[in-house]
This record gives sequence, C-alpha cells and structure tokens, in this order.
Amino acid sequence: MSSTAVVASDSDKDLWMGGNEPLKASYGKLMMWFFLLSDAFSFSGLLIAYGMIRFSHPAFQGSPDEFVFSQEYWPIPEKVFEAVPFLHGVSLPLVFVGIMTFVLILSSVTMVLAVEAGQRMDRKGVEKWMLWTILGGLAFLGCQAWEWTHFIVGTEQGGRMLDGTFIHGASLSQNQYGPPNFAALFFFITGFHGFHVFSGVCLNFLIFYQATVGKLEKVGHYEMVEKVGLYWHFVDLVWVFVFTFFYLV
Amino acid sequence: MSTTAVHTNEHIGHDDAHDHEHHELNFVEKYIFSTDHKTIAKQFLITGIIWALIGGGLSIIFRLQLGFPDMNLEWLRPILGKWITSTGQIDSEFYLALVTMHGTIMVFFVLTAGLSGTFSNFLIPLQIGARDMASGFLNMLSYWFFFVSGVVMFISFFIETGPASAGWTVYPPLSALPTAMQGSGLGMTLWLVAMVFFIVSSLLGGINYVTTVINLRTQGMSFFRLPLTIWAFFLTAVIGILSFPVLFSAALLLVFDRSFGTSFYLSDIYIGGEALPNVGGSPILYQHLFWFLGHPEVYIVILPALGITSEVIATNSRKPIFGYKAMILSLLGITILSFVVWAHHMFVSGLSPFLGSIFMFLTLIIAVPSAVKAFNYLTTLWRGNIIFTPAMLFSIGLVSFFISGGLTGIFLGNSAVDINLHDTYFVVAHFHLVMGSASFFGMMAGIYHWFPKMFGRMMNDKLGYIHFWLTFVGVYLVFFPLHYIGMAGFPRRYYSFTNFDAFQDFTDLNTFVSVAAIITFSAQFIFLFNFFYNIFRGRKAPANPWGSNTLEWTTPRVPGHGNWEGDIPKVYRWPYDYSKPGAPEDFIPQHIPLTETPESNLPHEVEQLKEEGIEVKAANAGKS
Repeated sequence: MSSTAVVASDSDKDLWMGGNEPLKASYGKLMMWFFLLSDAFSFSGLLIAYGMIRFSHPAFQGSPDEFVFSQEYWPIPEKVFEAVPFLHGVSLPLVFVGIMTFVLILSSVTMVLAVEAGQRMDRKGVEKWMLWTILGGLAFLGCQAWEWTHFIVGTEQGGRMLDGTFIHGASLSQNQYGPPNFAALFFFITGFHGFHVFSGVCLNFLIFYQATVGKLEKVGHYEMVEKVGLYWHFVDLVWVFVFTFFYLV
Repeated sequence: MSTTAVHTNEHIGHDDAHDHEHHELNFVEKYIFSTDHKTIAKQFLITGIIWALIGGGLSIIFRLQLGFPDMNLEWLRPILGKWITSTGQIDSEFYLALVTMHGTIMVFFVLTAGLSGTFSNFLIPLQIGARDMASGFLNMLSYWFFFVSGVVMFISFFIETGPASAGWTVYPPLSALPTAMQGSGLGMTLWLVAMVFFIVSSLLGGINYVTTVINLRTQGMSFFRLPLTIWAFFLTAVIGILSFPVLFSAALLLVFDRSFGTSFYLSDIYIGGEALPNVGGSPILYQHLFWFLGHPEVYIVILPALGITSEVIATNSRKPIFGYKAMILSLLGITILSFVVWAHHMFVSGLSPFLGSIFMFLTLIIAVPSAVKAFNYLTTLWRGNIIFTPAMLFSIGLVSFFISGGLTGIFLGNSAVDINLHDTYFVVAHFHLVMGSASFFGMMAGIYHWFPKMFGRMMNDKLGYIHFWLTFVGVYLVFFPLHYIGMAGFPRRYYSFTNFDAFQDFTDLNTFVSVAAIITFSAQFIFLFNFFYNIFRGRKAPANPWGSNTLEWTTPRVPGHGNWEGDIPKVYRWPYDYSKPGAPEDFIPQHIPLTETPESNLPHEVEQLKEEGIEVKAANAGKS
C-alpha cells in the first residue's frame, strides 16, 4: 500500500491527516492503553467506595499508643498489619507489606529490562527478564496469600463483637479488628487487585513461552512484551494507590 | 499497524488475482463467527431488533394493566403462565419485573448495543476508509459477549421467581436482599451476570472503535474531515470506556452484598421486625456509582443517533451541515458534561442542597450544546432542497423529539422543581421523548439510510412513510399525555392507580395512552416486513442512492471482505460539499481531488492548492 511508505517520512503537519499512526503507537498498544484507562476507572470506583464507607465510620480518638481494636471505630492500619512470617509476636508495622510492595516494584524494573531487551531483539534477554518478572509476580501473590491467611485466622486475643461474643480473625461479614466493612473492603479491593496480578502473571507467562519457543522472533518484533509490560506497570501503579489507601492513611 | 495494512492489502490483491484459488469462507466463518465488521454490524442489528420486539412487547403488557385495570387478561396465560393471577390480572410483582426488564432491554440491549454496535461497526471502517476494524477478532468477541449477555437475561424470564424487578437502576437494598421480593432472588443474580458480560462486550467494542478512528483513517482523512457520524461514534465509545467500568465495580460490590455477606450498600435494615446483621454500608453509595455510568449512558444512547441525523439531514437537504465545527464542539461539550451531572438523578436522595445546586448548574449547562445541535439542524434544513426520504423524515422526527423532550429536561434539572416531579410520569415522558424515542428514530433513520449499503437493496419508501407517520404521531400521543399525568403526581412503577381518589380523573387518559401505545407498537411490524422482505426481494440499490459524499458509497454495491476492491480511496475534502456554487452536480464526494473541481473551489481551497504547488487552470482541468 502506497500510504504505508509515507508513514516513515511524516512531518508533524501531516500527522493527523490520515494514512498513518498519529500517536506513533500501533493499534494493539492503543487498545491496551484504552483498556487500562477503562480499568483505572473501575479501580477508582472501588477506591471511592472505600473512601465513602471509611469516612462514614468514626475514627479512633486518642493517641495511637492507647489504641485497642473495637467495633465502634475504624482501626489504625498499622496496628492491624504488623505481622511478619517467622517473627511471631513481634510488632513490625507495615514491614511485610513493604516487602511485598518492594517485590512488585522490582518486578516492574525487570519488566522494563525485558522490554528493552525486546527492542534490541535479544531473545535470551527477553527470556531472562520475563522469567524474573513472572517470579516477582508469583512472589507477590504468595505474600498476599500469607497476608490474607494471617488476616483471616486472626490473633490469639481476638476481638469483641457488639453482642459481647469474641471472634478471631476476619471474614467478609465479621471482623475482629473493627467494623466488618474494613475487612470486606480489604478483601474485595486487594482481591480485585490480586486477580489483576494473577492475570498479569498468566499473560507474562504466555509471552515468556512465545519468546522461548521463538515465536516472537519469527514475528520480527517483541511488541507483545511491550503490551504486557504496559499492563504490568499499570497493575503496579494501582497497587501504589491501594497500598496508600489501605495501609498508610 | 502499518504491517497489518500491508498485509490486508496483499490479501485483497491476492483475492483479485487468484480468485478461484482463494480459501472460501465456510458458512460459520462467514455468518456466525465472522470477523468482518459489516457482518458483525448486521448481527448487532438483527439481535437489537429482536430485543426491541421483546422490550416493546413487555411495555404493551404493562400498558394493558395501566390502561385497562379491570380487563381480563386470561388470554395471556399461554405466554405468561402463573404471572396471570386467578382473577385474570397481571401479578403485581411481575408488573415490576415488566418495567425493569423493559428499561434494561431498551437502554442496554436495543439503544446501546443495537444502535452503537450496529452503526459504529458498520460505518466507522466504511466512512474513514479502512479495510476493517483494528481488531476483527475482538470485534467478534464483542458481539458474542453481547449475545451471551442476552441469553442470560432471556433465561431470567423463565425461572420460578421471575426476572429482576428492582427497576432498571436496581437500587439496593431492594435489589440486594433476596428476601425483599421475588425478583431480587435468582432473577437479580442473572441480571448482574448479564450486565457483566454486557460491560465486557461494550468495552471490547469501545476500544476497537476509538483505536480504529485514530489509527486507520485513510490518507487525507483528518479529524476535521470526518463525517459527524464518526465523531459521534468516537465520542460515544470514549464515554463508554470511561463510564461502564464504574458500573462494573458497582455491580461487583452488589454481587458481594447479595451473595457473600458483605455490607457495602446495606445498613440498619429491618425485615419483619428483625434487624439484619448488615451495618456500615450506604445505599447512596450505589446510587453515586450507578449514576456515574447511568447518566453518561443516556448520552451513549443519544449521541450516535445525533451523528446519524447530522449526516442524513445534510445529505437530504442538499446543503452542508450548518456549523460543522460547532457540531463537533457541542458533541465534545456533551461528552465532558455528561460526566459531571450524575447527581441530578439524586436530588431527593438526601443530597446536600448545596451540592444539588452545583449539579443543577452543571446540568442546565448541557442545554447549551444541545441547543447548538438543535439550531444547527434547523438551520441546515432552512432553505435546503429537502428530499423527504424515510430516513430524512425519521431524522426530522428525532429533532422534534429532541427539542420537545429536551425542554422538559430544564424543569427536571432544577433541583427545587424536581422535588415535585421526581419519580413521576413526568420523568417517564421526558426521557422517553428525548432519549428513548429520539435515539430510536435516529436508529430508524440509520437503517433506512444505510440499508442499501448493508444489503445492496432498497427498502420500500411508501411503507417507510406509513411507518414514519404512524410512529411519529403515535409517540407523541403516548408520551405527551404522560406529562399531565406526571404533573398530577402519578408515581412511576406503580401497579395500580385505581385505589387513589386523586387519580380517578386520569383513567380515561391512561386508556388513551395505552391504545396509542398498542397502535404505535403494531406499526413497527410494517417496518419489520419492509426490512426483512427487502433484504431478499428488494430492488437492487444503485451505487449512491442518496447522492451522498461519504466514502462508503465508493465501495461496490455489496462490499466484500476488505471493503474496496482496489486501493482505498484518498480523501481531499470534507464530507459536506453539497450544492457547492459552481459545481455541475449538487454533491462532490470526499474522494474527488480539488484539482478536478476548479470551477467550484473556494478561495481558501485555491490557496491550499497553491501552497501544495499545484496550479489549476479552469480551462484545461475538469472532470475526466
């Protein structure tokens, strides 16, 4: 097609005149961007729901040292998430989730390296860095599984419900650490994010496989790596917001 | 992308050279799991028509109840079974299911999927000069997700407890508690499942439309040479991409409240004197999330219809559309404003009156771009050489509904007046005119106008005129009286009014509305006959039956896979060169270069040619 030849020598004046890619991105990449834009709105919807429900509950009044868990007010997240595997009984607020976050961000770095290797048509590099990215994603999911388990099982002392009974741990409708919606929102939003991470790991594995068997090399470019890379960075970015809302504030 | 374009082109070239060797698509590939945008468009259209019949039929059943409350409906028992009570009346809970499903089907399945799905798919590649959508595979998935969504919704009619009944907005706690009423049981679950599939379908369609418009325009087709249809479809897709995911979140949270014991939307509820364990949620939260989709959704419904109307009115007035850029800006304005007005649906939900006044202000601003569009349609018609094709009549009908329904929006958008009018038949009258009937007429205009390109045959004009006049008059006879009923205070969704003394005077009016509704609905069968008969038996369509400028009329009578047989035509001008002074004919298609029309080039076009270094003398140039 004659128009294709023109693409290379586009001046800015003709950029939007048709017959080319005005945003300098292939249709596949554009579609990924629009999907991510859409997905950003679903996460926004959930985080706004979180904000609205959280601020309809009273916060704990008083100094954090005197904090005790109660159904009456929203808990201080640092007091909830302070456990680390193998260090039973030691109070290490946000240390474990900090490690999780670090792992996820590190996997974004390895994803960048995979994309960069792909642009150099370096098959071995793509394979290596995609594998590290997959491992990072799996590590994050593993950490999340432990975090959830700990949250579900609960602590020895448990928490007192409004009717005076004691329960241990949390579920979608009951929660030893505070109002039930604290747990419900935690499960729902980190779960929704975790599902995204899981899908990302599956996609990454698919692309890793295609790179390993040489399919992408045969296609002539590693753009698929860039596309899943976009998704992976998005999932990473969303985690930063989820982390901020659930653990920091 | 460029690689794909080359590939497609080679494929077509190959097609030409070795036709007999080419792999013939089998029936399934060609008509069922097709990746061709034209076939997918037709699939959306036919499915939309079937759903329109179901949705319209439901409305006739509940109009029977409202217009003839004492009528014996025993004869409906073969269809409705136990939903007809032993005294021959419609079951009162089933009445709620009827209005819910009528709303859901019409808004989502007919006027979103049936309208956008059909015309975005059909017209975007044809009018921008592309071989197909950016991703034919995702496009096919989009249809089949819609299909699955429809199947799930359809199944919900046949379950013991009936389909969802909480209104098309499915507000909790009514929709969240299966104990609240029958329709909040399995029917509601199926509704939510169907909506999740629908949202996926809409997302796949939307990203395809937007990407295709950005990346696959043919050479010369700048954004300011796009037909207004494409602008409308483009912005509709943008609205869908940004608003549907929020409904997705809202629906998922509702699923958890219903099935997994959470309390996102629930708090302080007593059933039969017993307190439910749910605390800490807020039903208002659902309303905010829902209407963040719900309001843009009405623009998803109306914008494509407005785009189609722009095209049809300009073509059949034989005049350039008045204020092309103003039309684009008003579409853009509506798109942006559609996201910041959602709380005007919630004026009486306990919303702070201060917030209410902000949302009222933003809502009333929408009158500005809407009025720009209405005036531009009228000024396009003004002193045009109007050709009253059926499509043109339906477009003018749209303008009429858009104005008369839009005016009542000014009352409803006022947070003080809305206290009186909220949830009355006044609202029903308003949105059925401005959104329902207007976009239905846009859809009809589109079908009558592009039928020759879809099926290569012509529809019958006479039947089209009869269909138009019966429907147009019928719609006004149905919905105009509802304003009075609404102002008198009739609430929406009530099963029966005969128990209220205040409403006795309106019994005759309700009967009148029901009769008009039945006639209007019956008139649609004229269209159905016209449509299906002429797919097979219609007169063969000429190449460009309406004398239109846009690119789809440069394709073969029935375009094959890839749309154009040779190269894709290039575009040299905007699509509204109708009745250009000096031109021998009253239209100059977009693919005719300026160099071939020296006699009609405007001063700025002569300048443009000079800049490109082309000197055209009137003497030696001319149409070849």
